[in-house]
Amino acid sequence: MTDPGPSPPPEAAPAATTFAGKLALKQRAGGIIVPLVTVIFAFVMSGIIVAATQHSVHTALVVFKEIFDGSGLNWIAHPTTNLFNTSAYNLSQTLLQTTPLILTGLAVAFAFRCGMFNIGGNGQYLVGLLVANWLGVDLAGLNPFVHVLLCIVAGTLAAAAYAGIAGVLKATVGAHEVITTIMLNWIAYWTASWLVGAGGPLQISNNPTDPVSNQVSPSARLPDFWGVQGFQGLHVGLFISLAAVVVFWVLLNRTTLGYEVRAVGFNPDAAAYGGISVRKNYIRAMAISGAFAGLAGTLDMLGGAQNYQIGQLDIPFIQVGFIGIAVALLGRNTALGTLLGALLFGGLLYGSFHGLGSSSVIDPTLATNLTYIIQGLVVLFIGADILILYIWNSRKKLRPPTAGKTAKPAEAAS
Amino acid sequence: MSAWAARLENPLSARLREPTTTGFLGIVLGAFAAFLAIPPIEARTVTWPILVGIVAAMLGIWTVTRGRRRLGWGAVAAGILGIGLGILATRSSSSNLGATFDSTLVAQTLSFATPLVFGAVGGMFSERSGVVNIGLEGMMLMGAFWGVYGADKGGSWAIGLLVAAGVGGLLALVYAFFAIHLRSDQIVGGTAINFLAVGITGYFFVQLYHNNPIPNGVSLLPNVHIAGLGNFLEGSVGDLSVLTWAALVLVIAAYVVLFKTPIGLRIRACGEHPRAADTVGINVYAVRYGCVVLSGVLAAIGGIYLSEGPQGNGTFLFNMTNGRGFIALAAMIFGNWRPAGAAAAALLFGFSSALALKLQVYSQSAGTLFQILPYVLTLIAVAGVIGRTVAPAADGKPYAKQ
Repeated sequence: MTDPGPSPPPEAAPAATTFAGKLALKQRAGGIIVPLVTVIFAFVMSGIIVAATQHSVHTALVVFKEIFDGSGLNWIAHPTTNLFNTSAYNLSQTLLQTTPLILTGLAVAFAFRCGMFNIGGNGQYLVGLLVANWLGVDLAGLNPFVHVLLCIVAGTLAAAAYAGIAGVLKATVGAHEVITTIMLNWIAYWTASWLVGAGGPLQISNNPTDPVSNQVSPSARLPDFWGVQGFQGLHVGLFISLAAVVVFWVLLNRTTLGYEVRAVGFNPDAAAYGGISVRKNYIRAMAISGAFAGLAGTLDMLGGAQNYQIGQLDIPFIQVGFIGIAVALLGRNTALGTLLGALLFGGLLYGSFHGLGSSSVIDPTLATNLTYIIQGLVVLFIGADILILYIWNSRKKLRPPTAGKTAKPAEAAS
Repeated sequence: MSAWAARLENPLSARLREPTTTGFLGIVLGAFAAFLAIPPIEARTVTWPILVGIVAAMLGIWTVTRGRRRLGWGAVAAGILGIGLGILATRSSSSNLGATFDSTLVAQTLSFATPLVFGAVGGMFSERSGVVNIGLEGMMLMGAFWGVYGADKGGSWAIGLLVAAGVGGLLALVYAFFAIHLRSDQIVGGTAINFLAVGITGYFFVQLYHNNPIPNGVSLLPNVHIAGLGNFLEGSVGDLSVLTWAALVLVIAAYVVLFKTPIGLRIRACGEHPRAADTVGINVYAVRYGCVVLSGVLAAIGGIYLSEGPQGNGTFLFNMTNGRGFIALAAMIFGNWRPAGAAAAALLFGFSSALALKLQVYSQSAGTLFQILPYVLTLIAVAGVIGRTVAPAADGKPYAKQ
């Protein structure tokens, strides 16, 4: 808000200049409680939808129990590494879905911390995916370690460059990154369709009409560490994305680069006054953000998918980057929060797909749609900071004042 | 010297030498250069496209020297592009050209453009009042599903249209409440609306129709038949959907409302400087609510065209908008937040879709590549290479009442 004028009344949130500023405010206000309230809100409301359309509250409760069991999170109750155990198998599949979501979540979070909204996770993911496929197919027979490393690095860098376009446009001509990344998403999508479509350069060589890419060569595959190799086992990409969480935290909180990115995110004018180049940081943050999303694409290609077919991914194209937004918002754009958010959505995705796939109470095909509704509600409520703050504050007001009366006047007013 | 002065005072001649006029003339000529080589004119030599293209480029250079740099370079680019396309067209065989550039191409262009016009004009109202609407895609999808549902259960396309408009408006109202009263981030809210729409339409599609195609015999949007126009014209505009004609009316109405009435002035004031609007007694919240709900209604009407129009044939498919809401958003931006501009952009994007469909017969990959055109053009437009697009000043900024 650029409106000059007197500051808003103290009941409302103070006018933060950027989204990152607002988020910092929320962080102080609610900690972990607000995301939890949001998730509970979203689940309750989608439960109401199920109960209303199926005319039974009991059905709604069974549905959520089945989603929970389907996600394999009940594995905690009796842990085992034996994959013939259903919960252990489900957990491995949930973690497989969580792997890219951690990274697309980190991608969105990193851009957020610089005050930018990277809505282009889909496109960057696709760039990483396709570059990994191209090199994974073409350089067959290389030393496996070198080959995998090469594919991952090249895919990540390509996605970083792709996202960098949006950063450069914002830094040089001030084009809004939301618009440019949406356009880049669809450019990537149609380019991918052309690449693997009939007669395209990456299209499968032995069947000229099948719109699918070649399988990456065995030397470029990420080894599975839990499950049967080649049969949707859990691959080592999970550890790479966990490492990325650590890298994200160190980069943001322990380096000069991270300090500058956060400073620009809080207030670009103040950062510029302090001698930080705002333009340079826009480009840098966007490229790093794209690198995370691209890494997700390379891991999915070398680990699970191994080829690309239009509209045929574990998590469909329209989803992966957008779920990243939900994940990052839910995780307050912090490293640990994003990890937990990704686990929630990974569980929700696989749990509703698998757990309700053989549901006893509702039509199985309803399940995935329920996931979309829950995602939408989570994103809707997590964005409504004032609503959550209002509920949070009124809860504080309702609570009888503590005996010590330690609250400062400023806090009491807010 | 006196002769020069006399000529300068001549109003028509002076206006012709305005850089704005020459620049636009150059762009039009550049486009014309390409059209020379395709039916119905179909010059079979490269000479004419090249000559006209060179004239266009020269006009562009003249414009650049007179100070309108972006417009001038645009005309130069149009000229060169016109020459290139002209040469390409004269190289390909005449029968292929005839099959591609016939009256159905015009009809399909208009057909593809119709939902985009509704979405883009809707989005324009919302953004002119200061609320970014990324949720256009979701509102369109809601219109596509609930429109078919209304037409199926109500027995008439008109009821379907009303239901679609109502549901689109309702979803927009939810978004408006979050974006305006709760001041949540508008991009986040719009993303949520898109998720919700995919989920809600998918859920009820399964619940009500068990994922089967909606039964045949649903009352469809009628076409307007116009006879006695001659072969080419009748093929292109003689059998268009009623919504295509409605889109034309909508563009004119949107222009009049936005730029010629007090309501339009209020809307634009809320989008440019809400505090100033508030000071002079305009209810900023009411205007923004109205505009966002209107954008939802219009986007949903655009959506019903997809399922109930000539392309949809009364069936709904899961997530059937498939990015059209985003193309509408792109058309609005490319059209510089103006009704005529948005409509022109929608036509251009519709043309690229129609051409993509035609080219698929000859080459699958060429058809696919043409689908990229709208997004690349929009990217170029926001990058400010050819004429910078400028959003309303307070677009996307929540307003807190004092």
